[in-house]
Amino acid sequence: MKKSTATATAAHPASVTIDGLHKSYGSLDVLKGISLDVQPGEVVCLIGPSGSGKSTLLRCVNLLETPQRGRIQIGDVEVTDPDVDIDAVRRRVGMVFQQFNLFPNMSVLKNLTVAQRKVLGRSESAARQTALHNLERVGLADKADSAPAQLSGGQQQRVAIARALSMDPELMLFDEPTSALDPETVGDVLSIMRDLAKEGMTMLVVTHEMAFARDVADRVVFMDGGVVVEEGLARDVIGAPQHQRTQTFLSRVLNPTQVHTPES
Amino acid sequence: MAMTARQRARISRGVQYGLLVVIVVALVFIADWNTLISRALNPSVMAQQFPQIITVALKNTLIYTALGFVAGMSGGILLALMRLSSVAPYRWIATLYIELFRGVPAVLVFLALGFGVPLAFQVRFNNLVTVMLALGLVSAAYIAESLRAGLQAVPKGQYEAARSLGMSHARAMVTIIIPQALRIVLPPLTNEVILLAKDSSLVYLLGMTVAQYELTKFGREAISGTGAGLTPLVLAGVCYLIITVPLGLLARYFETRADARSARK
Repeated sequence: MKKSTATATAAHPASVTIDGLHKSYGSLDVLKGISLDVQPGEVVCLIGPSGSGKSTLLRCVNLLETPQRGRIQIGDVEVTDPDVDIDAVRRRVGMVFQQFNLFPNMSVLKNLTVAQRKVLGRSESAARQTALHNLERVGLADKADSAPAQLSGGQQQRVAIARALSMDPELMLFDEPTSALDPETVGDVLSIMRDLAKEGMTMLVVTHEMAFARDVADRVVFMDGGVVVEEGLARDVIGAPQHQRTQTFLSRVLNPTQVHTPES
Repeated sequence: MAMTARQRARISRGVQYGLLVVIVVALVFIADWNTLISRALNPSVMAQQFPQIITVALKNTLIYTALGFVAGMSGGILLALMRLSSVAPYRWIATLYIELFRGVPAVLVFLALGFGVPLAFQVRFNNLVTVMLALGLVSAAYIAESLRAGLQAVPKGQYEAARSLGMSHARAMVTIIIPQALRIVLPPLTNEVILLAKDSSLVYLLGMTVAQYELTKFGREAISGTGAGLTPLVLAGVCYLIITVPLGLLARYFETRADARSARK
C-alpha cells in the first residue's frame, strides 16, 4: 500500500452539456427534450422511477443509444455530430453497467489491459502497471489473476470501475451500479465512487441510493416520464422536494414499508 | 405399504438393473456366435484389409472430411455474417440458402453436383473438387446456423462494454465477442465434423478410382470382391469411430477447460 498517494484521476475532467434531447422507440417517447449541464468535476445523480428515461439518457451520452433530436457535448466535442468519431469519444468516457459486463473469459488483469492495449496502443508493461494501480485503488490488487466468476458481485463491480478508470477517462457514467448487488457489498462500491468524486472526476450516476445521492452528489436531477421534473442541490431535492411527483417518489423510496393509500 | 421415498427409489433402481441384465443375457444366448465371428468378425478377413484400409480408405475419409470442413466453415462464416447483416437482401439469400441445403438430403446434393451441374454447364470438376463442394455446401448451412446462434448467445452487455471502452465494431467482435462465441459453438461444430466424416461416404455416388476409395466404399468393395461377409464393413465402422470418438473427447476437453476458467471458484 505504499503507492496510496492521492493521485488525481481525471487530469482534465470534462463538462457535459445536454440540450433538448429527444429519444423514442417507435411511438414510445422515452426522452422528451432533456437539457442538463454538468460542470467539470461535478457529480450529478439522476433519480426517478423506473421507465423515467434516466438510463436511456445516460446511454445517450456515449451513444449506446442514438437520440433522434438534440445536442450532447462532452468538453469541446459534440457527440451528436453525425461525423463524430464515436470510438474516440468513448475512449474519454468510462461506463459502468448494472450487470458489470466483465469479460468472463479473461482474467481480472486482462479485463483491465485489453482495451488499453488494443485501443490506446499502450505497451504490455504500461497497461499492466496502470491496471495494477487501478486495482489497488478499488482494493482488489490481490485479485489480478482471478477469473471474474470467482469474485463476488461487489468485487466484480469494483473491477468494472477499475477497468473504466484504466482508460484514464475524463467523465464516468454509472448506470445503476449497485442495483444488482447483494446489500452487504453495496457499501464497498459506493465508497469507491465517493473517493472518485473527491478526486475531482466528472460523474453522471443513475442510482436508487438516496443516501449516496444526498451525501456525494453536487446536484440531483429527478426525472419522470422522459422529462426533468426537478433539479437542484442534492440536499434541496432530496431533503425538501418542491414538486408533488418528486415528493411521492422520495417518500416511497425512503419509506418502502409505509403503506400508501391512493389519494382520493 | 409404508415405504419411504428412498426405499421406493432403491427398488426402482433394482428393477432397472435387473432388466438390463436379462436383455444382455438373452442377446448373448440368442446370438449364433460361430456364424457371427466367421461372417462379421473374421480375423483372417480382417488381416487382409490391412494396410490399405488405413493407408487408402481412412486417409481418404480424413481428406474428404477436412476438405468439406474447410469449405463448410468458409461458407458458414459468410452465411452467418449475411444472416446478421443489416442489408435485407443478404439476410434473405442466406436464409433461403440455409433452408434449402438443410432441408435436402446430402445424397441429392452429391448427385446434383456430380451429374446435374456438369450436364447443365458443360463443366467437369475433378472428384476432389466435387467432394469439397458437395460436403461444403451442405455443412455450410448447418455451420452458419451454429455460428449465428453462438454469436447471438453472447450477452449484449459484452458488446456494449467493449464499445464503451472505445473499441470499434470490428475490434469488439474479434477481441471480445468471437472468442466467447467459439466456446459456445464448439459442441455443435464438433457434431458437424462428425456428420461430415460420415457423409463423406456419399462420395461413392461420384464413381471413384481405387486410390480414391474412402472407408465405406472400401468396405463394400472388399465384400463384393471376396464374399468375405460383413467383416470389412465392421472394420470400416471401427475406423469411423477412430475418427469421431477422439473428436468428441477433444471437444469435451476444451469445454471443461473453458468452463473451469470461467466457473465460480
